[in-house]
Amino acid sequence: MLFDKFQSMASFQADLAERDIAPFGAVAEQILSATEGTVQGKNVILAGTNNYLGMSCDPRCIRAAQQAAEQWGTGTTGSRLANGSFAEHQALETEIADFYGVDHAIVFSTGYSATMGMCATLAGPGETILLDGDSHASIYSGVKQSGAEIIRFKHNNPEDLAKRMRRLGDRAGSALIIAEGIYSMLGDVAPLKEIAAVKREYGGYLLVDEAHSMGVLGQTGRGAAQAAGVEDDVDFSVGTFSKSLGSIGGFCVSHHPELEAIRYCISAYIFTASSSPSVVASTREALRIITAQPELRENLWNNAHQLYDGLKALGLGVGPSASPVVAVEMEDRSATIQGWQALLDAGVYVNLVVPPASPSTNFLLRNSVSAAHSSAQIDTIIAAYAGLIENGVISIDKKA
Amino acid sequence: MTEYQEYLDFLYSALAAHNKKSLVLTEEISLVADIGLSSLEVMEFIEKIEDHFDISIPLNILPDVNTIGDLAKKVRELNL
Repeated sequence: MLFDKFQSMASFQADLAERDIAPFGAVAEQILSATEGTVQGKNVILAGTNNYLGMSCDPRCIRAAQQAAEQWGTGTTGSRLANGSFAEHQALETEIADFYGVDHAIVFSTGYSATMGMCATLAGPGETILLDGDSHASIYSGVKQSGAEIIRFKHNNPEDLAKRMRRLGDRAGSALIIAEGIYSMLGDVAPLKEIAAVKREYGGYLLVDEAHSMGVLGQTGRGAAQAAGVEDDVDFSVGTFSKSLGSIGGFCVSHHPELEAIRYCISAYIFTASSSPSVVASTREALRIITAQPELRENLWNNAHQLYDGLKALGLGVGPSASPVVAVEMEDRSATIQGWQALLDAGVYVNLVVPPASPSTNFLLRNSVSAAHSSAQIDTIIAAYAGLIENGVISIDKKA
Repeated sequence: MTEYQEYLDFLYSALAAHNKKSLVLTEEISLVADIGLSSLEVMEFIEKIEDHFDISIPLNILPDVNTIGDLAKKVRELNL
């Protein structure tokens, strides 16, 4: 039957409903600041938003959006290829290219469509894509559409990538390698220096998804490739405006002039309406702000270290190193759901992550840190997790 | 070129550790429905095959693989 395949999800939803818990689609009834909101009628600290630099509530971005709405209207009502290219879109493309120090950029309506669209278009039938096994759904979705041969390499394992490039023989020269800067669920950083070395040895092209690393890593916030010193080896960088820039939209930048031809071959770019002018204007302002205020990145990392060190000191299972994404590994689905609600009751909103969204078979409570969090807020988040241990929701003996 | 039976024999051997129901393995046995491999176990099993034959098995072919026999044929094709 048509609906049989949805039964496991329906069962999961029924389990949540029985407990009167709604972690997916939890409604923010109010946004009070970049780090505070109201959920289930309760004021909470927002610790699961990807609002890394706090730009979503920056008054300068809000003002830019207001002015653009007055000047351009509320929407473009069309595709970039038809009536949906405004001067704002072109300006943002120029500015994001400048930010990355390259000559070519495409702006998309969402980060998902940017990544999915590029992955679906760059390689095609008869060509090969090698992607990290823990890649985001937008990457998997794109490569499946591409028609190319798809080969996974082990997560963050350049030796496995090298082995698979060697196996390709002459075909390696036209292969597309895909990696992410920071992986969204566990917050681990790709070994791009080593991955770039594999590309130099065997040839091919490298696409890096900087969705969670743009504004977060690198001397000027360009992301993981800049931090690793391998930007010259990266052929295409994709990313999103919905995290460190606090709005919505996505981009691809490249030093290859061919990107201008590729633009007209991407369905996810052609057959959807372009971003509304207010969104583009706030994105431009946020880009200007994060460029002018590198201290935001310093605040972010101070907060990331405070949260990571605090949760680790509690004995919780966290990643190998501090990151703006701090995921706490949980015992099973039931404990994860119970923990999520207990944190909310304690005034902390985080993300609940279960397979297949999580890598492997992990059940996670995923925290993301913002430069806008105060040190006291980070302490409150840590104290809420300590409460989970005291109440027996997390057993340190099992998870430490 | 390794013969089809040799591929089957390797798969039977590699599956032994996963064969918790002690099924008699034949080419008609389904990897998921009969043996009960999880998606993670499938990927681990695939990696074992890849390293043994020094090949990469594209994800594209996996939807067409149901039984041990299906997989043996695909691996044989890739290793030609």
